[in-house]
Amino acid sequence: MIKTLKPLLKGYGKYVLACIGCVVIEAILEILMPFLMSRIVDVGIANRDLDYVFKVGGMMLVMALVSLSMGAMASRLSAKAGMGFGANIRKALFDKIQMFSFANIDKFSTASLITRATTDTNNVQNMFMMLNKTAIRSPMMLIVTMILAMNINAELVMIFFLVVPILGISLYLIIKISFPMFEKMLKKYDALNASIQENLISIRVVKAFVRSAYEKLKFKKSNDELMETSMKAERVIILNMPLMQFSTYLCIILVLWFGGDLVMDGTMLEGELMSFITYISQILMALMMLSMIFVNILISSASFERIVEVLNEEIDIQNKENAVTDEIKDGSIEFKDVTFAYKKGTGEPVLSHINLSIKSGETIGIIGGTGSAKTSLVQLIPRLYDVSEGSVTVGGRDVREYDIEVLRDAVGMVLQKNVLFSGTIEENLRWGNKNATHEEIVEACKQACAHDFIMSFPNRYDTWLEQGGSNVSGGQKQRLCIARALLKKPKIIILDDSTSAVDMATDASIRAAFRRELKDTTTLIIAQRIASIQDSDRIIVMDDGQIDAIGTHEELLKTNAIYQEVYNSQMKGGISE
Amino acid sequence: MRNDFKPQDPARTLMRIISYMASNKLQLILVILLVLVSSGAQVLGNYFVRPIINEAIVPMIGTPEEARVYTNFIAMIFQMILIYASGVLSTYFYKRLMVKISNGALNKIREDLFNNMQDLPIKFYDTNPHGDLMSRFTNDVDTIREAMSEGFTALISSLVTVVGTMVMMLVISVRLTLFIFFMAIIMILVVKTLGGLSRKYFNLRQKEVGNCNAYIEEMFEGVKVVKVFNHEEEVIERFDEINEELRKVSTDANTYASIVMPIMGNLYYITYAVIAAFGAIEVIGGRLDIGSLASFLLYTRSFSQPIVNMSQQMNAILAALAGAERIFQLIDEQPEVDNGKVTLVNVKEVDGKLVECEERTQRWAWKHPHGDSFELVEMKGDVRFHDVNFGYEENHPVLKHINLFAKPGQKIAFVGSTGAGKTTITNLINRFYDINSGSITYDGIDIKLIKKDDLRRSLAMVLQDTHLFTASVMENIRYGKLDATDEEVIEAAKLANAHQFIKHLPQGYDTILTQDGSNLSQGQRQLLAIARAAVANPPVLILDEATSSIDTRTEAIIQDGMDRLMAGRTVFVIAHRLSTVRNSNAIMVLEHGEIIERGDHDELMAQKGKYYQLCTGAEELS
Repeated sequence: MIKTLKPLLKGYGKYVLACIGCVVIEAILEILMPFLMSRIVDVGIANRDLDYVFKVGGMMLVMALVSLSMGAMASRLSAKAGMGFGANIRKALFDKIQMFSFANIDKFSTASLITRATTDTNNVQNMFMMLNKTAIRSPMMLIVTMILAMNINAELVMIFFLVVPILGISLYLIIKISFPMFEKMLKKYDALNASIQENLISIRVVKAFVRSAYEKLKFKKSNDELMETSMKAERVIILNMPLMQFSTYLCIILVLWFGGDLVMDGTMLEGELMSFITYISQILMALMMLSMIFVNILISSASFERIVEVLNEEIDIQNKENAVTDEIKDGSIEFKDVTFAYKKGTGEPVLSHINLSIKSGETIGIIGGTGSAKTSLVQLIPRLYDVSEGSVTVGGRDVREYDIEVLRDAVGMVLQKNVLFSGTIEENLRWGNKNATHEEIVEACKQACAHDFIMSFPNRYDTWLEQGGSNVSGGQKQRLCIARALLKKPKIIILDDSTSAVDMATDASIRAAFRRELKDTTTLIIAQRIASIQDSDRIIVMDDGQIDAIGTHEELLKTNAIYQEVYNSQMKGGISE
Repeated sequence: MRNDFKPQDPARTLMRIISYMASNKLQLILVILLVLVSSGAQVLGNYFVRPIINEAIVPMIGTPEEARVYTNFIAMIFQMILIYASGVLSTYFYKRLMVKISNGALNKIREDLFNNMQDLPIKFYDTNPHGDLMSRFTNDVDTIREAMSEGFTALISSLVTVVGTMVMMLVISVRLTLFIFFMAIIMILVVKTLGGLSRKYFNLRQKEVGNCNAYIEEMFEGVKVVKVFNHEEEVIERFDEINEELRKVSTDANTYASIVMPIMGNLYYITYAVIAAFGAIEVIGGRLDIGSLASFLLYTRSFSQPIVNMSQQMNAILAALAGAERIFQLIDEQPEVDNGKVTLVNVKEVDGKLVECEERTQRWAWKHPHGDSFELVEMKGDVRFHDVNFGYEENHPVLKHINLFAKPGQKIAFVGSTGAGKTTITNLINRFYDINSGSITYDGIDIKLIKKDDLRRSLAMVLQDTHLFTASVMENIRYGKLDATDEEVIEAAKLANAHQFIKHLPQGYDTILTQDGSNLSQGQRQLLAIARAAVANPPVLILDEATSSIDTRTEAIIQDGMDRLMAGRTVFVIAHRLSTVRNSNAIMVLEHGEIIERGDHDELMAQKGKYYQLCTGAEELS
């Protein structure tokens, strides 16, 4: 834990130290105050010594001002340290996740990664800020006040030893009993919110099937359940305050009773008795703070663990030592007895013993049902995943020998689940090549049949895309993604079901452009529609992690059962019938 | 602005929250009384310390132990015990009651909110982002919870403490009290100023948090694309800027928020020192006795603490009022209006005439009241559009002069590019939206006359997004007809071709689906949606892009189920895959909200218009 923490404090450790310094001074002054206050009453006013009152009052004034500036500085410093710490955590998480391989990403879900970088980080950072100010202060206040109280009268302090254990044990019990209850409540709360979310998203279905009465009933049930659990937990936690009052009041009465005797004996001044009563509440407050700190640490430690889990995750695809950084020779691809499973060791292999050789510049179509591992196959080429057994070579060299950046620069891939980012169209396209000229961008867009619709927007290439490109249609999004990949001028380009939302005519002209302009580029096209791949040099038919057949459209139509089946289903009722 | 803390009409909103809390008035009054006792006990108890010292202890100083008279001391201590005991008990009981009151109120607020939202028209959901609605349930309800469980009682007790202490202080010395008063005003000003500053920075921070979270979300969602394009460094660089901006703003926000405590704490000491000096002058001047000054000094503490508390609670309460306003605004939102009189009833045939009946026959009829009598029209599924015009916004027509008819059992298809108005047509049939002019009839009855629930019961929809619920497969299918038996559900699943895969799920029909059925493939989800429509068994079916996100091999299986579902029903199909619409009785080609071509496949091909172009685009290569 300490090892992980240290780099996260980088640049802000000095604020932590300075803050602690300020807090210590502030705490000392705060403890001295009641002492001076009692001197004013006991000495100054009792003796009608105006000078003394002014002197001590002046001292108090100065100390209050010093304490005020210390407190203000501590606030500033702890905010700096806490927020700096938070920023460091966010950065560490962000950087780490950018380094993650696809397998690493799959292991955590995207939603859970986002929660870790937002909610969890926030919890930890707030906790840290609070700790800065209180972790030293509360125990210190406790100890010093205790010493001062002892200084007034050691015997009277024994009262604390009677009350404090009672208070401590009760607080401990309250926390221990209520904590799991609150956890249960939070789970119910999450479940309720999840079901509201579900209802909101599915409102069309709810309305279409006239199910609002049913939904209301369902909601009432979980809402009532939440109320019950929440009341159960709160009934325990509210004991806190009466308990605290009870302890304080008990102390005051005991101090008055036993202290009264001492005052009568003349062994204690009446002002000292008053201070003692003040110290009681301070000590009990400090105890209360400590218990709160404890609870908060408990809550945020779960968040911190979730963060550490990401930071300590081992990245499974990394550059080899002496990785080859030379440009990749050509776009030839070879699979040698490749077996691949998503979860190493334990997972069922999704591809087994694949052998395949693709020449540079060839156009390959890949077809097969859902779950036939088409996507898994092509993802091995830019080394998004590593093979479990066998090897994949590109340009005559095992992909694991290349520098990853060199390899991925040479392999353009349009993912099935592709995303555009918020920004202008041109900015998005420049992901493919930062230094592309405007002409090159237009060129790529023409090849991807995107130029015309871009020009139809009022702001053309400067059109702003919302997050995920939600303001353009599915087909337009896919074409932009293709153009973005083309700008890389890759040796190999892979289209993973990238034209499914594009209409047939456009799909055809994109492929025509590919044939015309990208003669030397090895092209792999995964598609659902036979029409999208039937003019490929060769077509691979995938079935259940195996290559069922390879051949041209005509060959497969004659010999391959799966291909025939797909063809017939798509041509059913076709015009050519 | 969403994060505004300022409520618009605080008094009205407050009364409304209180009315939620006051479902049992007696309880609420009891709470207020108990709070008064609890904080009164605190003030009174502290007040007793001084008399005990002055009257019971000081006179005994120097008296030998044997000669001391304890009766007075014991009596006073006993009184104090009584006061404190009643304080502790009141605290416990009001806290306990508040748990009940606040949870009950929150429960009711959530329920009202949810129930009213269920009755809002689809238009409301289409125009309000889900995240925004969600935050009413989470953020806004949370702020009310916080203010209710802490703020309400804390405010009462602080107020009581301040007023009580003030009275006590006035009794001792008016002049010193005036000074305290002056200090209190300074304190309130300080809290107000700092509160304003921290609010300003918290709003700024909220914006930056939003920015930063959005960027994190976007880049985590797209991390695979980032990697494919080797874009890690650029992305990290941009994140560093955003992260730094957030760090700066939140440092300021937190500084102002936490600086209040040391300032207030030390203002108290300053007040104490100054009062002590003034008081000493008064004592020496003979206008005040020493004991009184000592108690007065004690009161300064119990005076300043609640002021700090109150001003902090005030922020929480204002935030809660703003949150409550947003919630009430939703609760007050006009629900979907339904003036429909025509209802759907079960009928049977007696002597060649339709008669309404209670039992479940498989036949239904529209019960159309005319004054005292009514007419029964058998439900067949005949849907007609007469010169329908519609726009989501005024002056922005989406559909223009739409005329069409679908006789029972016919299949009508809509094709056209995105935005041509295809989905809008289906939104109108089930009255998710009301048309601007023209009319739509169902079995010859204007749908405006039909009760919305009954109209929707007579239609089933299968959408592109399947929207499954967190529940078992069985429950999800049964959603189409809540009183369907297990056998009926299985029957529907078989019809939809879903039975095969359901059987192979780990728990079969009892398998729990989570997160919109994310444990199923897209094709399987769609099969369940079809089974859901099948179990509902209505005469009219709307399929909106139901198969467009499914691969063609799976589509073949689904198509089979779909064909069986469509048999004998009136069907409206929207699809961008032309192969799915070609065997329709009529195909409507929509462009810019108008039907530009209509006819069956062969007729349209012969016309050589838009449809022909769409098809030949596809046919070019085959």
